[in-house]
Amino acid sequence: MCTYTTERTSVDGSAKGPGGAWFHVTDATVYFDHPVHAMAAHTLNVDLADPAQGAGSRVALELTADSARRLVTAIEAALAAVPAELLT
Amino acid sequence: MPGYDRATKEIVRRFAELGYDAICPNLYYREAPGASPDDAAATARAQGGVPDERLLGDVGGAAAYLRALDSNNGKVGVIGYCSGGRQTVLAACNLDVDAAVDCYGAFVTGTPPEGFPMKGNLVDQLPGLRCPLLGLFGNEDSYPSPEQVDELEEILKANDKAYEFHRYDDAGHAFFAADRVSYRVAAANDGWERIAAFFGTHLSV
Repeated sequence: MCTYTTERTSVDGSAKGPGGAWFHVTDATVYFDHPVHAMAAHTLNVDLADPAQGAGSRVALELTADSARRLVTAIEAALAAVPAELLT
Repeated sequence: MPGYDRATKEIVRRFAELGYDAICPNLYYREAPGASPDDAAATARAQGGVPDERLLGDVGGAAAYLRALDSNNGKVGVIGYCSGGRQTVLAACNLDVDAAVDCYGAFVTGTPPEGFPMKGNLVDQLPGLRCPLLGLFGNEDSYPSPEQVDELEEILKANDKAYEFHRYDDAGHAFFAADRVSYRVAAANDGWERIAAFFGTHLSV
């Protein structure tokens, strides 16, 4: 259904967006809902966006719940492997 | 969230093909005028979604527009799917409409789980339902579950409201969505026939 909790957080980085152009992203929105494109009833959706540049400045991900968890694990593992002095 | 997108516009075209004046208000226009439908929906979600009071204003405006057309007979129906099903029931409880179709709207009855942004259902508004309600539901749906549909039916019965429900086996949520894995052709085809008959009955002069 369409009303699962929406998690929001600020982010600082870049994403490759509409038209193949890179842009700075400031906001991440995470929610579980019906996807627009993925072939699943529900997906874990992530929007990386710069709202100040308009609604189209967005990179969207729609991942099955299992693959979203694997992505979280992979991100945590990648960060854990980084020497502390590089994380500042 | 569904919105002013291709699939929804196809529904509007289908009603035009059935001979109706039909309109789809763009509920996310304020947040993202001119944006693509998926970007607009994402922006609206990030800003907290569409408040019920604003939805009622937009649907009321759309109904007034339709009634002002030379071809209109004075009657207006509403239909919605998924979260739009709940919005349809909300409209039918608060606006001057003549028939309403709720396609698997969640949280008309039932209690939203802890942590959901939606704090309540429409149970306290159902005694004010102003028009006949057609409900189309999948028996494999969880939101709304068959038990929540039972609860809705009991409330409508207890309040002597006109309603007609059809529940489909081998169908879950979004069984009308022809471009999604949830599509169930038998349920969708029967549902469209029920919708055409229901509006044909209640929107004719």
